[in-house]
This record gives sequence, structure tokens and C-alpha cells, in this order.
Amino acid sequence: MNGRVALFVPCYVDQLYPQVARATLELLDRHGVGVEFPPEQTCCGQPMANAGCERDALETARGFVRTFAGYDYVVSPSGSCVHHVRHHYDVLEQTDEVREVRARTFELCQFLVEVLKVEDPGVAFPHRVGVHVGCHAQRGLRLGESSELGGRPGGVMRVLLERVRGIELVELDRFDECCGFGGTFCVTEETVSVRMGQDRVSDHARHGAEVITSGDMSCLMHMDGIIRRQRLPIRVLHVAEILNGGTV
Amino acid sequence: MNPETHATAATSFLRDAERTGWHDQALWFVRQKRDLAAHAVPEWETLRDLASAIKRHTVSRLAQYLEEFERRAADNGVVAHWARDAAEHNAVVLGILRGRGVRRLVKSKSMLTEECRLNPFLERNGVEVVETDLGERIVQLAGEEPSHIVMPAIHRKKEEVAALFHRTLGTREDPDPVYLAEAARRHLRGLMASADAALTGVNFAVAETGAMVVCTNEGNADVGAHLAPVHIASMGLDKVIPRTEHLGVFLRLLARSATGQPVTAYTSHFVTPRPGAELHVVIVDNGRTAQLGRPDFRESLHCIRCGACLNTCPVYRRSGGHSYGVTVAGPIGAIVAPGLDLAAHASLPFASTLCGSCADVCPVKIDIPGQLYRWRQVAVAGGQVSWRKRLGMRLLGATLASVSRYERAGRLVRLLLRRAPGVIGHPALDPWSRSRELPPAPKESFREWYRRERGAR
Repeated sequence: MNGRVALFVPCYVDQLYPQVARATLELLDRHGVGVEFPPEQTCCGQPMANAGCERDALETARGFVRTFAGYDYVVSPSGSCVHHVRHHYDVLEQTDEVREVRARTFELCQFLVEVLKVEDPGVAFPHRVGVHVGCHAQRGLRLGESSELGGRPGGVMRVLLERVRGIELVELDRFDECCGFGGTFCVTEETVSVRMGQDRVSDHARHGAEVITSGDMSCLMHMDGIIRRQRLPIRVLHVAEILNGGTV
Repeated sequence: MNPETHATAATSFLRDAERTGWHDQALWFVRQKRDLAAHAVPEWETLRDLASAIKRHTVSRLAQYLEEFERRAADNGVVAHWARDAAEHNAVVLGILRGRGVRRLVKSKSMLTEECRLNPFLERNGVEVVETDLGERIVQLAGEEPSHIVMPAIHRKKEEVAALFHRTLGTREDPDPVYLAEAARRHLRGLMASADAALTGVNFAVAETGAMVVCTNEGNADVGAHLAPVHIASMGLDKVIPRTEHLGVFLRLLARSATGQPVTAYTSHFVTPRPGAELHVVIVDNGRTAQLGRPDFRESLHCIRCGACLNTCPVYRRSGGHSYGVTVAGPIGAIVAPGLDLAAHASLPFASTLCGSCADVCPVKIDIPGQLYRWRQVAVAGGQVSWRKRLGMRLLGATLASVSRYERAGRLVRLLLRRAPGVIGHPALDPWSRSRELPPAPKESFREWYRRERGAR
């Protein structure tokens, strides 16, 4: 593959889940992509903007564009942040630079499948795994066809996981139900958020998932909080960790 | 901000965990019926595109089509009235009823009159109001508001309806739905037969013919309208569609989206008054023109009130319709209500994870999550959120805008998470930790590792 590729690590992944960012970096290395981590990066601005404070996110969003301008691809292990850049940067003046950065920002699995044309991840993960596609990836970026539109479990993340040796993907009762994280929703609507998360985790538990995986660590952070509070025998792993040959 | 926010009301609803699960499952069942019906129509997505385009066109020429509808209706012998707001609507209805000495009004299928608070107004003015739609009658007897625009009593279990009917109608306490429906039928028949006037809603008003189309499953709208000497149809001005042929698009979408039925049991076209009877239509604005004037939110006027976005919404299913505190609850309510009274309903655009399921079930393809996002911006700009949240977001924005501030803040958060999890995660201070464990707090961030290992900077 030709071109310069930058890695965008979401702020909370950088601080709380560094292993996920490392797995992403190593995974891209394994597939022959020398990826750069521009050190000026911080955040896409979504935490403020989704809370209705788009203006407080302007400087952060401008910083994102400045940092990643000039790269051919920006890859991020988060459907939600990529969705924000692609769909909510209308608030910025649409210069060529802004338009290019928006169009060149990719969710990790989409980049692997659609740009790198990865067919075989070349790793094994002999476990029963429940797949949670974050809603911004699923319905925002259309990286999977939603049940409302007649879709079945699928999409770029599942395509890759299905090729992992020894993996057993469990079927859920509601394959694309929201987990209830929702950014600041998780604290401003705490009781609804928790109930949604409990129901989502139960669906996975009922179907015997040992591991829940997702392309979005924010959904997993929320579900993991519930899993650990309830002391359930389930682990969460970002899909980059599985695709990088990680183990439970 | 409204003291009873969605979050507060939802928390009360969620206290009964078993009931929440039942409510969620009841609505999910309707969503699944919708899926089966919708996906059995190969051209479903084409229909949605068409419906969306017809609505966009209609809303762009709303005045023209409303005036055409009024002319045609008048030609048909229908008396048309215009009402700027709820008070004018209620006054028009009372005026018609008083002129004919009406003592009892039977009603069916009108969410607009709920929006206008017509029932209490008429009762204060000496008119007895009887809801004849079963779900509406249940909530009326219970002294409640509808919790859903299509299934008004969906929050009530059949055992509760049996107890309510036992208390109010003297039936035996039998939760068999067939028994309960029969009891309601007997109870309502007599009331409808002796009513002096009937009021119905309108699903579609056809401009080219002046026809008013009413879709129901029980047929009581028809019984009421055909027995009473006066029929009043109340419609929001967003109900007009240009031509009869457009009904072919909307009627195929409406019932499938609402309940998973191919079509409602009754689709009645009210065109002319029966000989010797009167037919009135009240065309109501009540905030709709103001919404038309907001380019970001105009699309909400495309809604055909099928309720599919309520059934699919993971928040609605787990918080109940009453938690929204408005006549039209759920995602569509959350983009309509702020236009009526932003201060009163400012919490509603935040009562969503923006999961997008509502947009994908919507038969007219309203971008509900996009509008929720925009209403959030409007609510904050209008000073409708707490100063603490405003300040917090300003600080967060300033922190994330600078890489050095961001790094310092990140180190501090991780340190606190490690050293003082009991403080940072105290349930009284931190809603996250009431039912969830805090995330891990690694000693080293990714960028610290990267600098060390890969030697950048």
C-alpha cells in the first residue's frame, strides 16, 4: 500500500486502554503498514459536541485537522470517533484541508477490509465470542447492515472475525441493540444507561459468550464496568487485540 | 430547566426491574412484527424514499396544499375552521358543540386533542367526553395520559386493566383479553349510540379531493362518526398530502411500521357530511408553523405518527412514555417538544444515545438522531443546561485543545483512579460507579509508551 498512514488514538483509549492502541499499531505493522503516531493529537471533540457544546469542541476539532492534514489515511480503533469526524465536522469551515481529513479518516476494520483488502487475519482465538458493533459504526458509518433495514449480523468487523481460526461467534437475540453508553448519557441518564448495558451483557451471557468484542472501547468500558460489578465470567477485548493475536 | 427531567422520571420507572423488562419486551415484540411486515415488501426502501420525497415537497408548499384542501372540503359541504393554537382549537370545538346543545362527545384516535388538552377543557365546560378507542378509554378511566401515540395503554398489563374495569365498569376481575374487549365493547356501544357529537383525528387530508382519511383497528371512530349528528375532525396542518395516489404510498407504510399489520382494519375516507348531519374540520397550527420556520428541524413535520421510533428506541422501551412528559413521547417527541417549549423539554434531546435505530425504522426517513444532536446544541446555546455542565464542558474543551494540558490532565485522572478510587468513584459523586466498576488506570498512557519505545519527540 502506498501513502502515509497516521494512527489516531482516542483520548480515553490513550489514557485508559493503552494496550488497545498498541495492538492497533502492531496489527497495522503486521499487515505491512508503517503507521505514524503524530504526537500533537488529543481528541476528536465528540465528548463536548455530543453534550451539546459543539462550540467548546471547535479548538479540539481544528487541532485534529491540523494534526492529520497531509496524511493519506488516518486510522482509528473507534467507529464512534471516526463517525464524529466524518459526520459532525460540518461545524468547521469546509476548507480543502478539512474535507480531505474527513474523507481520509477510517475505522480500523474498514481500513483493513476495504483499503488493505485483508482477507485472512492470520491469527487464532479459540473462544466463544459475542460481537458488539457500536451504533456509530453500525448505523452511522454503515459498517454493518442494521436489523431495521433487514440486515443480518455482518459487516467489516465480523468478516474479519469469521476468518480467525478456532473462534466461535455467538448469535444474539438482538444483534444490533445499543449498549447504552452514549457519551455523557452514561452519567446524565445513569439508570437507563445501566439497564441498557445490563440487558446487552445478558444477551451475550445467555448465549455463552466468554468474550465480548467491539470496535469501540467506549461500549466495552461501559459493559465491562457492569460485568465486573456483577462478577460475570466474561472478558471484554477490543477487536484489534483479537486480530493482533491476543489471548484471554 | 424542568425539575422533572426525563432522567428523573425514567429512574422512577426503572425501579420496578421486572416491569421494565416486560415493557421492553412488549415493545420489542411490536418492533419484530414491524420487521417481518416491512421486509416482506421488496420495495420497502423505495416506498420510504417516495414517502420522504412527497413529504418534503408537501412541506415546501404547505400553504398552497392546505388552501386547496380547504376549498375542496368546502365544496364537499365540510365546514373548515382554522386554529392558531390549542386554545383556539378548543374554543372552536366548544363553539360547535354549544351551538348544537351537545352534552356528550365521543372521541377516537386523536393525539392532537391530547396535545391541546381538549378533554379537561370540555369537561370544565359541561361536556361529557368519552374516549372510544380501547386503549384511550383505559387511560381515561385510569385518569392517566397515553404513554404511546399508537398504543396509548401499552404501559398497562392486562391484569391491571381487569382490575380497572372491575372498579369502573363493574366487570368480573378476569384478565382474559377477549373478555375485557367484549366488556369494553358493550360499555362503549351504549355511549356511542346516545352521543350528540363525535370527534376523530385525521391521518391524511387529501388536498385534491378534500377527503379526510382515518385509520383505525377497532372501527369505533366510524361508529361514532356515523351515529352522531355532528362529526368534528381535528387535524394538525402537517397532515395534508397533495393527491389521492399518495395514499398508496403512505397507507402501505403506516400500519406495517406501526404494528406490523399490512393495513389497519379500517381505513375510512370522510368526504361529505351524511344527509342531515354536519361535518367539520379544524386545522390546527399549535407550533407547527414555527417548526416549519426552522430549517434544521423542519423535517420533523414529515412524521405520520406511526410510533415505530418509540417501539424501537432502547431508551423509550426502558423508561416508558410518561417519562417524556409530553403527548408525543419517544424519539419523535424529543425533536418536536423542544420546538413547542424549549425550557420545559430541554432534557428530551439528551434522552438518547444517538444509536440511530429510530432513523432506520422511520417510514418517512426523518433524521431523528441528527435533529437530536442539533437540538442539544440549541438547548446549550439557549442556556438550558446547568452551569456545572457548561463549565465542565468548557474546561474539558480547553484541556483537549492543548496537548500539554491534555497530558497533564490524563496523568492526574489515572493517578486519582489508582490512588483514590473510593473518592473518584464515590456513588454520591459519581453516577458511573453506582452500578459499574471504574475503568482500569494504567501507569503509562499509550503515548508515554510510544515515546519511550519508538523514540518519537
